[in-house]
Amino acid sequence: MFYREAGDFKTTYSADNQTFPIKIDRVGYYVALVVAFLIIPFMINDYWANAILMPFLIYSIAAIGLNILVGYCGQVSLGTGGFMAVGAYACYKLMTSFPEVNIFFHVLLSGGVTAFVCILFGLPSLRIKGFYLAVATLAAQFFLVWLFNRVPWFYNYSASGQINAPERTVFGVPVTGPNTEAWATYLFCLVFLVICAVIARNLTRGMAGRKWMAIRDMDIAAEIIGVNPLKAKLTAFGVSGFFIGISGALFFALYLGAVEVGEAFGITKSFLVLFMIIIGGLGSIFGSFAGAAFLVLLPVVLKVVGVDMLGWPTDIVAHLQLVIVGGLIVLFLILEPHGLAQLWRVAKQKLRLWPFPH
Amino acid sequence: MSNDSYVTDDGRTIGPTVMEMKNITLRFGGVKAITDISFDIREGEIRAIIGPNGAGKSSMLNVISGFYVPQEGEVWYKGAKRPPMKPYQVAEQGIARTFQNIALFEGMTVLDNVMTGRLRQMKANMFEQAIWKGKAEREEVENREVVEKIIDFLEIQAIRKTPVGRLPYGLKKRVELARALAAEPSILLLDEPMAGMNVEEKEDMSRFILDMNDEFGTTIALIEHDMGVVMDLSDRVVVMDYGKKIGDGTPDEVRNNQDVIDAYLGVAHD
Repeated sequence: MFYREAGDFKTTYSADNQTFPIKIDRVGYYVALVVAFLIIPFMINDYWANAILMPFLIYSIAAIGLNILVGYCGQVSLGTGGFMAVGAYACYKLMTSFPEVNIFFHVLLSGGVTAFVCILFGLPSLRIKGFYLAVATLAAQFFLVWLFNRVPWFYNYSASGQINAPERTVFGVPVTGPNTEAWATYLFCLVFLVICAVIARNLTRGMAGRKWMAIRDMDIAAEIIGVNPLKAKLTAFGVSGFFIGISGALFFALYLGAVEVGEAFGITKSFLVLFMIIIGGLGSIFGSFAGAAFLVLLPVVLKVVGVDMLGWPTDIVAHLQLVIVGGLIVLFLILEPHGLAQLWRVAKQKLRLWPFPH
Repeated sequence: MSNDSYVTDDGRTIGPTVMEMKNITLRFGGVKAITDISFDIREGEIRAIIGPNGAGKSSMLNVISGFYVPQEGEVWYKGAKRPPMKPYQVAEQGIARTFQNIALFEGMTVLDNVMTGRLRQMKANMFEQAIWKGKAEREEVENREVVEKIIDFLEIQAIRKTPVGRLPYGLKKRVELARALAAEPSILLLDEPMAGMNVEEKEDMSRFILDMNDEFGTTIALIEHDMGVVMDLSDRVVVMDYGKKIGDGTPDEVRNNQDVIDAYLGVAHD
């Protein structure tokens, strides 16, 4: 009744091809932007920023990146943690080597460096597919973590082997280091998320996205109509790496501040981001957001319900959380293999007809 | 190789040779799939390749579209010898094809499938596409207009936003044809366009093939089993059997060729 496309006529092809073809979606998108940019920064506190908003923003970027590779191009990757580490260490090296350059460019460059590394590890994808490619990217994960642990140049020969983000400012406001304010780091990440999401959407609705999906759906047919498989796969690895690198850089510099590579960017991180896009929905930008929100919020919600409301011991709730996440993933794979994004699509379909289903 | 043009009985102009196969031999290990076959395809004609099962017709099409590299022989395209190529390079030269068992992108909508056929014409690079406003959007709209004409022509307007996976077989065949046609190919290869169709669908498909040839002047090379269809549609027919060429000519010539009759009806062995 309220969600209608009737009467919303498109008269040009560009109008038909826009990101939100239905008016109410468009309005919702602008409202969300206004809330995110103009309202949340004034209400945010440290708890909200650290427990929910920052991880959500950063994981969303990583999920969008991985979704381009896995969901759109069909190349399974288990190396996300390793690639995030590349972004983090690239950012650290850039921050310490060129302190006069703005951190904004450091983060972008870290994305570029990660894109390059990702393309390098994507080269075998021309020859191997599916599980075998997953194992090859798994090798990337272990190799990269090993590299950042063992080569002291990467952590500037510090005694602890950790990397620490020095203080950097944007427009005079510190965004990294110990003296940051929640709203500043939040806005910095939000800007990157919006940029990444818009770029991802533009690429996926255009020819690049079609080439990726063609490779995913049937690579032989894609080749016969003129898609260069090597180029299509490597651009997917590159774009994916760019986003994942940005998220890794933000995760290190703005969220954690100090990183020990095995702990922060281990194999569990790869799986976490992969679960996000599987639960959120493969091949959907909205799904990346939904999946990230789900897996970031779930522990918080469980903690609030379990510890604060029911008064259970913290360790039991923490273990219970693992069980529940595992169960939910299995349940999702059985009930809705296309994830939250598909649920949302079905809901919208129903809403269009509601309350008269026929 | 001929450079002259002529006009057919129904008023279409058949141009000079656009593709010529010279003494193609293709082996898989010890098996000879194609033995020393030569034929040509002329501009604007409908060229059929027929033959019993296992005659090597599909292998021939795969040689043309670059999936197989023949051990011997040459492929001449637009007056030049073609070096061994990857399938996507062949596509870039303007050769499009459909498959016997449909090869569509099931997860994409009909519109996206057909738009993918335009990739030769869309040149915006990654950065332009990421920004979208400007060249990428302009190209998208221009090519959408062309694609809409093709969608209109093949009468699939109603399903343009439907994911291909949900369509029935006959429509999928039509979408695949649309995708190949969207590339504006110099030669369109159709591998059994009417396999598994009922009479009505066959009639539709025949109409589309004729119209395509008539309206867009598309050169078509097709493999088909339905003799009635082949004889009605095509200007010239190549007949293959056991990897060898046993006949080549107009449908009437082929129909009266003793070797062809033997291959199709069988011959008494004493």
